[in-house]
Amino acid sequence: MAAVMAMPDVEAAAQRLGINLSSVDLDDIRLPPGDDFGIPSDDDEDLLAREELEFESGFGNVVVVDNLPVVPPEKFEKLENVVRKIYSQIGVIKEDGFWMPTNLETRKTLGYCFIEYNTPQEAELAREKTNGYKLDKSHIFAVNLFDDFDKFMKVPDQWTPAEIKPYVPVVSKRSISRQDQYVICAGQETEVLWNDARQLKPELVYRRSQWTESFVQWSPLGTYLATMHRQGVAIWGGGSTFNRIMRYAHALVRLIDFSPGERYLVTYSSHEPNGPRDTHRVVLNIFDTRTGKVMRDFKGNADEFMTGTAGGVSGVSWPVFRWGGGKDDKYFARIGKNVISVYETETFSLVDKKSMKVENVVDFCWSPADPILALFVPELGGGNQPARVSLVQIPGKEELRQKNLFSVSDCKMYWQSNGEYLAVKVDRYTKTKKSTYTGFELFRIKERDIPIEVLELENKNDKIVAFAWEPKGHRFAVIHGDNPRPDISFYSMRTTHNSGRVSKLTTLKGKQANALYWSPAGRFVILAGLKGFNGQLEFYNVDELETMATAEHFMATDIEWDPTGRYVATSVTSVHEMENGFNIWSFNGKLLYRIPRDHFRQFLWRPRPPSLLSTEKEEEISKNLKKYSKKYEAEDQDVSLLLSEQDREKRKMLKDEWERWVKEWKRLYDEEKAERRRLRDGEASDEEEEYEAKEVEVEEILDSVEEVVP
Amino acid sequence: MRPILMKGHERPLTFLKYNREGDLLFSCAKDSTPTVWFADNGERLGTYKGHNGAVWCCDISRDSTLLITGCADQTAKLWDVQTGTQLYSFNFDSPVRAVDFSVGDKFAVITTDPFMEHSSSIQVKTIAEDVSEQTSESVLTIRGPQGRINRAVWGPLNQTIISAGEDAVIRIWDSETGKVLKESDKEIGHAKPITSLSKSADGSHFITGSSDKSARLWDIRTLTLLKTYVTERPVNACAISPLLDHVVIGGGQEATHVTMTSHRAGKFEAKFFHKILQEEIGGVKGHFGPINALAFNPDGRSFSSGGEDGYVRLHHFDPDYFSIKM
Repeated sequence: MAAVMAMPDVEAAAQRLGINLSSVDLDDIRLPPGDDFGIPSDDDEDLLAREELEFESGFGNVVVVDNLPVVPPEKFEKLENVVRKIYSQIGVIKEDGFWMPTNLETRKTLGYCFIEYNTPQEAELAREKTNGYKLDKSHIFAVNLFDDFDKFMKVPDQWTPAEIKPYVPVVSKRSISRQDQYVICAGQETEVLWNDARQLKPELVYRRSQWTESFVQWSPLGTYLATMHRQGVAIWGGGSTFNRIMRYAHALVRLIDFSPGERYLVTYSSHEPNGPRDTHRVVLNIFDTRTGKVMRDFKGNADEFMTGTAGGVSGVSWPVFRWGGGKDDKYFARIGKNVISVYETETFSLVDKKSMKVENVVDFCWSPADPILALFVPELGGGNQPARVSLVQIPGKEELRQKNLFSVSDCKMYWQSNGEYLAVKVDRYTKTKKSTYTGFELFRIKERDIPIEVLELENKNDKIVAFAWEPKGHRFAVIHGDNPRPDISFYSMRTTHNSGRVSKLTTLKGKQANALYWSPAGRFVILAGLKGFNGQLEFYNVDELETMATAEHFMATDIEWDPTGRYVATSVTSVHEMENGFNIWSFNGKLLYRIPRDHFRQFLWRPRPPSLLSTEKEEEISKNLKKYSKKYEAEDQDVSLLLSEQDREKRKMLKDEWERWVKEWKRLYDEEKAERRRLRDGEASDEEEEYEAKEVEVEEILDSVEEVVP
Repeated sequence: MRPILMKGHERPLTFLKYNREGDLLFSCAKDSTPTVWFADNGERLGTYKGHNGAVWCCDISRDSTLLITGCADQTAKLWDVQTGTQLYSFNFDSPVRAVDFSVGDKFAVITTDPFMEHSSSIQVKTIAEDVSEQTSESVLTIRGPQGRINRAVWGPLNQTIISAGEDAVIRIWDSETGKVLKESDKEIGHAKPITSLSKSADGSHFITGSSDKSARLWDIRTLTLLKTYVTERPVNACAISPLLDHVVIGGGQEATHVTMTSHRAGKFEAKFFHKILQEEIGGVKGHFGPINALAFNPDGRSFSSGGEDGYVRLHHFDPDYFSIKM
């Protein structure tokens, strides 16, 4: 800001004008309104920009009703009354909110009118309800929001064939890079970074301030980054620039969910009740990710979307729609009262045109790989009808397997990531019904007839703290125990000599852990003690059954493995006031680097794009790993050499620069020597003076006593 | 070596200062009695009684005979170091925050807090050689900066005064005219209040600590930003080693937040940084409250830290400290 004067200038100017600056209270000065003396104020700009956002157009509450009868002035009033009657049923029409233009010459109406409501919601409702309203045979209303007219005007009259861009196959750096990206949100800043583990630091890809209003989310294959805004959701993509790819309008959107194949995006908003008579309404939209078109929307009372299991935001368990059928995004389903509604994405309607009736169902989940639903129905009629878990095949809706369970208090279902196994954690009442104990029912989905096995812990009364399957593997880990230091057991669904039965591998006693984080590649697991344990971390190798390292990230709240299972990020988010930031560790528990950031909100690894190699090729590579890794080892070595070289140079530069300063200081110091001496009344200044140590003997009489010697 | 714990103050420490020879250590605390200790073994030598409020700062004359203290009781007092008698008392309208003797000990710069209708000020007083001739007249009074001025020190040859405080700006003033000569740039300077300022042994550069969780090193003549040291906690105190290229930075969570967290969370560490490379060398733990004061012995072989916990911890460096390779 060039217009701002430096302090000395201000003083000089004040002197010229004969003003005593110290007597002027700057806060008292009132500038004439509208004149900023050429000094642009940043806050104003900010404010204006915000206002623009909120009121992009002031006619959101106006609807235009077309196809009205054309009437002469005598009938004007009658028509007005008719139209008013129709539209005041929907909402309160503003005073002077009705306007029907007439032809100046014939004084006949033009066949349309404008109606202004108090709120855009009413206008939207009016459009929805009366578009296509039949006044009589020849007059069918065409109702539009006034705001939409702009949009219609822009539609060219002539149809031009869409320009089809030639498809250029792009191999993104991410598909071939050995590094992975992650996104972080801290304060107002959102940054996408490469994890450069060789240089032990992140490398910035893209940074943007106020990119999102609440959080960001990667699509499941890492193609897009979704940002949240008051008006809706935006997705961004690209190698290094992050261009906006699509916007999805959904006012006040709160939650989003991508389908696993990232073809669809589900958005959610809710309207909290304002008073006792208001209802809690929710709106869900399903967008096609690529075209941005709303494929289907769901509106209704929140109660309809409530499910038996609590959790999520304000009663609705998120995601409301759960995607099934693997990466093809073929089916999605939601749970309702006594029904499970399964939709297919081809038509966006219910499979077989009707929901599945399941009396009293409280929970369901999809197999991650196949279109199989697992659902849980609790006990009915005070135990007369047992609880049951059943597997249902979609779209046939035939039951593949069912298991009845007795005296059950609760059930939780855990699928293994390939859909090979399903573990059901069953809490049962003891005989006295005063307490519960826990067991597991293990389903082998891929085997004939789906055999079920029952697993009980050695100590039946142990509370289950956490359960997790090894991704793509056959092992699982359980944290169990009641005391502050629980035990952790590892089980395998097939060991070399016992392929058909589950067997325990080991139990680790007395661990400070309450959460399990398997590496996405399996084999390694982090036994984490979050919250009450202040961020204890144990890196455990399940193949060798040994602890690789123990560490601590004090106050850590979140742990996330990178998609390759080589690195782990632990972070402290702003739920804590202090320690905010994240650490990056190697898979075996070596701390690589740590980045403290204030108001740290989010850390997310970018999912990897699917491998470009065929399965056979991958197998071949893992067989001949030594041959392939040679190249990369050499590369790594070069980098590390280069790094140490750079580091040396940087240090040398810093030292040289410092030397220059020191030399300058020494010169000035010597120059000032005489003056300094004068200031000290000729006393030899500084360290050049010689001072000698004198030894002074001091004799002190401490006490004197006179004694009479006989 | 094991640190020596010096328990003498009943309230949080505010400031520490060694005399030039490095045999005496003066400590100020909120309990209104500045104390002098043997810097070698931590034995208490004596106290200076007479203040009636938190003592914020002190300085010692070059020949270790005269002590000046600044106190929240709106006075700055001169003391006979040896006998502990009060020689003179400067009275102000508001609490005194910082004091510093000039080269030659003929002047002292004193800053006062904003209080009631009084704004903060920087005042220069003449220090008479003979106490009986001492007057309370100010040679120079500077007003202007908003908020408290947490530290003011003399520049080279007493030609300038360097001040820093709550407005996060470092200013160099002409000590004759009271005009601003230089001001730190808002862009590169501290973002939050500056809590401490400490000069190098030869007075050629100085370090400032700030609540923005960083300490910065500046050239005293040109006010060029030389280095920045970033920590995870607000910085309350900092000092430059006279012997090695090290700086030490101390602080911790603000006292108001301390009760909500375990002492491990507070990180009440004195952190050593390499002055040139800006890399962290190590930390010295021990306090169970934020560190408010740090001082290096002029020989660079020991340092002391004073905490909100009321302790002064005196650390003599181990031999391997002197052979740290960076």
